[in-house]
Amino acid sequence: MATTKKPIRSKKAAVAKTNSIKLKFDTGWTYAPAPESKSAASINKQYDLFINGEWQKPESRKYFDTINPATEEKLSEVAEANAADVNKAVAAARTAYDKVWKKMPATERAKYIFRIARIIQEKARELAIIESLDGGKPIRESRDFDVPTAANHFFYYAGWADKLEYAFPNRKAQPLGVAGQIIPWNFPLLMAAWKIAPALATGNTVVLKPAETTPLTALKLAEIIQEADLPPGVVNILTGAGATGAALVNHPDINKIAFTGSTDVGKIIQRAVSGTNKRVTLELGGKAANIIFEDAPLDQAVEGVINGIFFNQGHVCCAGSRLYVQESVAKEVIRKLKDRMSSLLVGDPLDKNTDIGAINSKQQLDTILKYISIGKKEGAEMYESNCRLPNKGFFCRPTLFTNVAQSNRIAQEEIFGPVLSILTFRTDDEVIEKANNTPYGLSAGVWTDKGSKIFNLTKRLRAGVIWANTFNKFDPGSPFGGYKESGYGREGGLHGLLPYIELTS
Amino acid sequence: MRLEVLKTYKIYIGGQFPRTESGRYYSPLSKTGKKLANVCLCSRKDFRDAVVAARSAFAGWSNRAAFNRSQILYRMAEMLEGRKAQFIDELILQGATRAAAEKEVHLATDRLIYYAGWCDKFQQLFSAVNPVASSHFNFSAPEPTGVVAIIAPQGDALLGLVSLIAPVIAGGNTCVVLAAADKPLCAVTFAEVLNSSDLPGGVVNILTGKPEELASWFAGHMDVNATFYCEKDTDIQKMIREKSADNLKRIHFYDTIDWYSDKGQSPYFIMDAQEIKTTWHPVENIAGAGGGY
Repeated sequence: MATTKKPIRSKKAAVAKTNSIKLKFDTGWTYAPAPESKSAASINKQYDLFINGEWQKPESRKYFDTINPATEEKLSEVAEANAADVNKAVAAARTAYDKVWKKMPATERAKYIFRIARIIQEKARELAIIESLDGGKPIRESRDFDVPTAANHFFYYAGWADKLEYAFPNRKAQPLGVAGQIIPWNFPLLMAAWKIAPALATGNTVVLKPAETTPLTALKLAEIIQEADLPPGVVNILTGAGATGAALVNHPDINKIAFTGSTDVGKIIQRAVSGTNKRVTLELGGKAANIIFEDAPLDQAVEGVINGIFFNQGHVCCAGSRLYVQESVAKEVIRKLKDRMSSLLVGDPLDKNTDIGAINSKQQLDTILKYISIGKKEGAEMYESNCRLPNKGFFCRPTLFTNVAQSNRIAQEEIFGPVLSILTFRTDDEVIEKANNTPYGLSAGVWTDKGSKIFNLTKRLRAGVIWANTFNKFDPGSPFGGYKESGYGREGGLHGLLPYIELTS
Repeated sequence: MRLEVLKTYKIYIGGQFPRTESGRYYSPLSKTGKKLANVCLCSRKDFRDAVVAARSAFAGWSNRAAFNRSQILYRMAEMLEGRKAQFIDELILQGATRAAAEKEVHLATDRLIYYAGWCDKFQQLFSAVNPVASSHFNFSAPEPTGVVAIIAPQGDALLGLVSLIAPVIAGGNTCVVLAAADKPLCAVTFAEVLNSSDLPGGVVNILTGKPEELASWFAGHMDVNATFYCEKDTDIQKMIREKSADNLKRIHFYDTIDWYSDKGQSPYFIMDAQEIKTTWHPVENIAGAGGGY
């Protein structure tokens, strides 16, 4: 009896395991719009440069528009800083450094930074709205991730200001001087916090340039810094594009360059500072491997992969853009991914239901579309969700490619958009080789139920951050940064102090 | 003319302000011999109730994210700053000059901010990933000891109190504190600061009374994990050492520390109420790929 029943049982089990019932989302139920109100945010018609604690007209006399990528409507216009403006800002930062900031007792320095953290918390809603308007990210992310994490970063580093002697035993931590900081458009306020908070805590003064497509929250931060009564010149914020950044990098009175952005520009910066004493830290691109083993809790892994690649429209340097699935579960994982993708809502960034907002700029949308056509030409199989896209603005459907080869450009190059390349593997050895076969090394993900396998992988993967059974997690106390061509230096945690100090005995 | 409303100074247990169960009181005097107030003369049973409150609060408080604890300590500093005038008045009543009182309140506020900063940082200094020879991932990290019984310094009524409480709770412990016997006013008012700072009830419990009466219970109670004492009285120190042996309490005598100096604050005070936990986890070693590039 038992032997005759056995095959039936295992057949049933097989049906249950593959769970082949497709989920249906095309029912009559739809989400009613739940837009966040713009009225809780105030944006000026025009912004000048924030130099020496006050708003100054640009020497260039030029202004450029910043638009809402979801509607292509102009939000404001901001000053374009030229070399003369950079000069003024660096001079203000130098004076503030020499006369005020480096002499100030560390406890008092800390209290200024705590104030900034508190005011960001108080204005969290306004900042979240402006972040979503200017950059296109879903309000859910700017409200629950970008803005609170930015405040927490200031809060965390404020506490370090008067404790540096404990951080580096047997050495004295000295500030470097004036730091020139250049940040990208994917997490505008958060990147400003990552840059400014540790620099101030260690006693440096700052000239920061936000990205040209997302200057508004950095300018709001300038208002907050004014409100916190920070001494003039300690933080200066200059808006502009590549030329402004170049002027900052090449300014002779800058002691340190901190850059987050593309690997190409990172290499230009490293060349530009050759022959100077400028310190540099670079947080650059990535092509993270997200690895699913057959023993992983698959539903949880699928959520992690979705978050890993579609968080912030895939505009994330540590995005899990290469998915490696063990062959035995590949079919099931791909089906579950497609199911999950069809439930993602693409649309108005200010709508609280939106999962994927607007692509940050026309230029970036073109880059993503270029890579999608490259992927198709290379022979990979494309799948995109069938959601409706808004008529205006820059939008892209969540997309995945199967049958991707390791040598395909979509498996090698950073796309910086909601495009996932899926590859398969059989053995641990194979996936480690494949995952490490990239010039980048920023992050990686591992999904398995087996702890000892996780630690084997984390040891062998050549990347600065490894997420095990989770992805895209950030904390002010946790160091972040890359191996290889993903840059060097760490931001966050105790290690995030090092890029801004000189250790003397 | 309006008659002044006098404040009743009660104790602080489990987030409430009860009177001593004993019904007793004492009347500390100012320098000029004026009666400060009728203050609760706490008993062994008050201490017992406070330990119960501290123990019940421990799980919740120690499981809070370190960052959340830092936010709450910072909030305590904000509340203290806001009630600066009241603390200065009470310190003056208790015999300080205005300048000394102001200095003490400022330092106490800054000390709270100092320890607010440490809440999510001392772990990074005192933890280690241990390079064991076998194929294991092995790490050690501090964890709070539990309930700490503190007999606060008898001299610096506010600064001493804050300097003892802040590192203990920053590290995730809960505590029962006996305020300075002759200068208890600002300790009770400090309880009101705690009560309005999002600090969960029971994390800090403040009693007033006589150290000579209560010290032996602070040292002997079997549900207390550590006892801190700040005076040079060698008889009491000996008694604390003896009694604490019953359940191997961690004991620290802060009897030579100038709370006004830089030596009055450091992460080592936090570590005085921490245990080190080491975790072993196997690392599989089955693939030959080394990740060469």
